Amino acid sequence: MADTLHGLGVSAGAAAGPALRMGRAPRLPAPHTVTEPEAERSAVRGALDHVAEELTRRAARATDPQARAILDAQVLIAQDPMLAASCDAEITAGLDAAHAVHFAFTQQAEGLREAGGYLGERAADLEDLRDRAVARILGEPMPGIPDPGHSFILVADDLAPADTATLDPARVLALVTQRGGPTSHTAILARALGLPAVVACPGADAIEDGVLIHVDGTAGTVQLGITPEYALEVAGEAERAAARARQAFAGPGRTADGHRVPLMLNIGSADDLPSGATQDAEGVGLLRTELLFLGRHDPPGLEEQRDAYARVLRALPGRRIVLRTLDAGADKPLPFLALDDEPNPALGIRGLRTSRRRPEVLETQLAAVAQAVQDAATENLAADLWVMAPMVSTAREAADFAAQVRGHGLAKVGAMVEVPAAALRAEQLLEHVDFLSIGTNDLGQYTMAADRQCGELADLLDPWQPALLDLIALCAEAGKQAGKPVGVCGEAASDPLLACVLVGLGISSLSMSPGAVSRVGAELSRHTLDQCALLAGLALDAADAAQARKVVAESALHASRE
Amino acid sequence: MSERTVTVASSSGLHARPAALFVKAAAAQPVPVKLRVGDGPPADARSILAVLALRVGHGTTVTLIAPDEGADGAAAEQALDTLAELLARDLDAEPVDG
Repeated sequence: MADTLHGLGVSAGAAAGPALRMGRAPRLPAPHTVTEPEAERSAVRGALDHVAEELTRRAARATDPQARAILDAQVLIAQDPMLAASCDAEITAGLDAAHAVHFAFTQQAEGLREAGGYLGERAADLEDLRDRAVARILGEPMPGIPDPGHSFILVADDLAPADTATLDPARVLALVTQRGGPTSHTAILARALGLPAVVACPGADAIEDGVLIHVDGTAGTVQLGITPEYALEVAGEAERAAARARQAFAGPGRTADGHRVPLMLNIGSADDLPSGATQDAEGVGLLRTELLFLGRHDPPGLEEQRDAYARVLRALPGRRIVLRTLDAGADKPLPFLALDDEPNPALGIRGLRTSRRRPEVLETQLAAVAQAVQDAATENLAADLWVMAPMVSTAREAADFAAQVRGHGLAKVGAMVEVPAAALRAEQLLEHVDFLSIGTNDLGQYTMAADRQCGELADLLDPWQPALLDLIALCAEAGKQAGKPVGVCGEAASDPLLACVLVGLGISSLSMSPGAVSRVGAELSRHTLDQCALLAGLALDAADAAQARKVVAESALHASRE
Repeated sequence: MSERTVTVASSSGLHARPAALFVKAAAAQPVPVKLRVGDGPPADARSILAVLALRVGHGTTVTLIAPDEGADGAAAEQALDTLAELLARDLDAEPVDG
């Protein structure tokens, strides 16, 4: 009899296969007396060389340029002569190889963390390298994502961006984590890659390596110890479902009765555009610009930004691209903003608010955007670029931002709705801006007063929370009255059924991770606009998120059978 | 001792990618080159951690130092020239390979 674990389904779909745990940091055994220091030194050198070689291989395989840059930097640290000398000195002082590496790397990491800023951000790299080198010395499995040479389901406590930089979606069938929430990195990654995922799943930590499991990312269940025959059956059904979704949706986005809903992409740079997007994508609903700024001591110059934005315009000529100005602060700290000592960063200087301190950063960015648009015009490319600000709270902020953007000759200005105050005053915001775009992840965390980083509050952060849907409905209604578009660019838009609910609430466009478009498009094409409105009504009337999801799923199934 | 004084041109200073490129280039030289800011202690140019710890910003003037005792003097001069030329370029403005 197979056991079943229950968690939160955050990325739809099913998969079955052997479970493999994310490698844990090695435990140091008791130190041993060193009789041959030279043997210990050679063990350290061998381990550091091995780690550097392994990272070099991974860097060569990494497709994302940012991930490659991170790995390249880690290789240099693993080869750092100063660190090697510190390890040598610890061995001379009497430590064995594993303890010498552990001590030297930890000490260096602590020094960096105290230095703060860009250096402080390297501390985690050092700890990661330390764990890898120590694992090698002790002959333990490498920490990180396993690479068994066959497909598997990745089981972890939780996943951080650094863990998943080299995750190979051709090998990983699904994700299961003990912690995390609907907007945690695991969930966002799973939806971006189109992998089924269950997070906040108690008992996941006890799943043994190699056990066959069945992950249902829609129901949020993980069935343990299934038979190989059943695993094959699930895998076959998953393959057929994926094929059906691809067939059912050939874009552009529309309901069964032909109501158009552009399905756009959330990307961080032109590199994130999937192959074929240049033909198929309806546009970019969220161009994040933080990537250019991350890990930088000073903000990037005008020319560098202009080139990056122009690349996106060239990749998708004629299609709408909604650029979000720098969204820094809180979970995306930037050294040059010097916000180290905020007591509560999520409620502090972040998003548009950072320009209170560094107005010239936004000025430079807008100048770069304006020049990129002019560059496109010179090249005879049609550019339909919209600009929006993150974390707008008041109509006054929206008005000031709009004036600043229009001052640069940019025609379409919008505000993101992430703060409940902005949703409540959507009508007043729309007196100043041309469109609204709702960031459901942040709007959810501020509406429910639940930190996005807090896995234990995953149920409150569920994007199906009726209170969140109420605020979205308010924005959509204001848009209808003003005759201006109101889109959703949060992760809520990548949940196929929730996407139908959003359309039913009056949302005019949806923007999501590239991997989610075909499933959302397929679901939307099964329902008329009236049916979507009916589903929206059911969700708004529900007592909580779980009930909203359940009644909408039942009703949608019923409708599609008629 | 041979020395070269050069102003760092990269817009982010000697951080992130420019620092990585510089350290890689220094490690490829046949002589051990050191890097100093003002009258500060010289840091091993082949150590990424030592270079980052100098916190060299854009427009900072730094000194490259190569030993000439025992080593081939021409090789030391060549190494200093190569590294000085690298620091004088805005590496942030150059395209990333691949």
